[in-house]
Amino acid sequence: MSAWLHDVRTLLALEWRRERRTPQVLPAMTLFSIGVFVAFRFGLQDGSVAGPLAAGILLVTTLLAALLGIGRLWAAEEDEGGLDGFRLTPVPASALVAAKALALWTFLVALHLIAVPAFAFLLLSDGLAAGSILPLIGAVLLCDLGIAFAGTLVGAVAAAARSRELLVPLMAVPLLIPLVAIASEVLAPLLTGSGSGASPVTEGRWWLALALYDGVFLLVCWSVSDGIVED
Amino acid sequence: MPVPPTTSSDPPAVRLVDVARRRGERMVLRDLTLELPAGGTLALLGSNGAGKSTLLRVLAGLMRPSAGTCEVLGCSLPKQRAALRGRVGYLAHEPMLYRDLTVRENLVHRARLLRVPEARVDALLVATGLEKRAAFPVHALSRGLTQRTSAAIALLGDPELLLLDEPLANLDPTASERLDALLAARPEPIADGAPAVAGRASRSRVIAGHDPDAALAAADLVLGLQAGRPVLLATPDRIGDAEIGALYR
Repeated sequence: MSAWLHDVRTLLALEWRRERRTPQVLPAMTLFSIGVFVAFRFGLQDGSVAGPLAAGILLVTTLLAALLGIGRLWAAEEDEGGLDGFRLTPVPASALVAAKALALWTFLVALHLIAVPAFAFLLLSDGLAAGSILPLIGAVLLCDLGIAFAGTLVGAVAAAARSRELLVPLMAVPLLIPLVAIASEVLAPLLTGSGSGASPVTEGRWWLALALYDGVFLLVCWSVSDGIVED
Repeated sequence: MPVPPTTSSDPPAVRLVDVARRRGERMVLRDLTLELPAGGTLALLGSNGAGKSTLLRVLAGLMRPSAGTCEVLGCSLPKQRAALRGRVGYLAHEPMLYRDLTVRENLVHRARLLRVPEARVDALLVATGLEKRAAFPVHALSRGLTQRTSAAIALLGDPELLLLDEPLANLDPTASERLDALLAARPEPIADGAPAVAGRASRSRVIAGHDPDAALAAADLVLGLQAGRPVLLATPDRIGDAEIGALYR
């Protein structure tokens, strides 16, 4: 197990080193998200949202931004022979898939460190209730985890195809719709604003459903990792 | 050149029985049957598109054979390819390098995955003459320097079997001589002090190329391919100009 973790850490470090060396995914996702929030700010005229509409804007923007990251996730493995190089080493395929999922997850978390405050500043005129902040962080982390697992699968399948750019949105969006629906139920009560007076409460079953979605895609990723990496 | 002696416990480096590989509707390899003893060198000859690179990918475990029995270092492929990993060094036609990373970063990354100490990275950088380019990103390298980097990576894990696809292509004469010595069946130890072929008399090699003279000089066995079919399989002493000429006709 410790060798497996060492391999995951090595492969994850590679993802971040490449992103630091030639920033692509993070700037693209961040600029896209902030651009969408600004567009909504002006498109909705009064520029203020709350509840389900706020949750929907945040989640759909996250989903679309994630497509940029998913599309690039396996690109170097296919285009630069990284996957062949990996397949000559004794490292199990599950370590590579885990590292890819963790890389996408950490990219999304880094995105949200900037995008959520920008979202709150541009679109939540009532701000956030103090009690909402921790649950909001938890919900975003869980949501990002689900996108990371599903996105890793989609990215791997699409990378082997010639029309990668077309396949990623066509495959990822349907897979991620249930996640958006569930996460919207979790987030909507948390984004009602500090002025509503009511204490934000999300029904426990939606948290459970969110965790279940993540768990299902974690298991799928694990079980198909050999198939993803081999020819 | 005599085939290096092997003990009865050594499985053949490569054993193929009626191996075929299909790509779509087209057979890119067919009817391949041969045995390369451990420590031996097999030269692959044939014109462009003859199937040499495909055969190397099959032997590396990167491509499944569509039919036949394929055993490499005693591992039946594709079933036992996990057991083969880390034992084969593959210098491919296309470099398997991350272009944004430096030469050294590429080597260190692969060394970590192969569980090889970083001292061997430094030793190989010196041995391949890349020590002054170690901090260069791969995308800034010439074809020759990229080839040397790929060769260093192929040698990282002190592999039992080297699969070399035109290993000396794009190299200047000095680099060619240096790399030829490093990729030899019985190379000199490199600067890390460890023997280049630890615990073995020599390493097995499969070399694809377009230089018949070099192939005949280096090989214990020569396989000539035409459109994926074996048209020549013999020891170098039984091959003359006529056979070579027919191969490229």
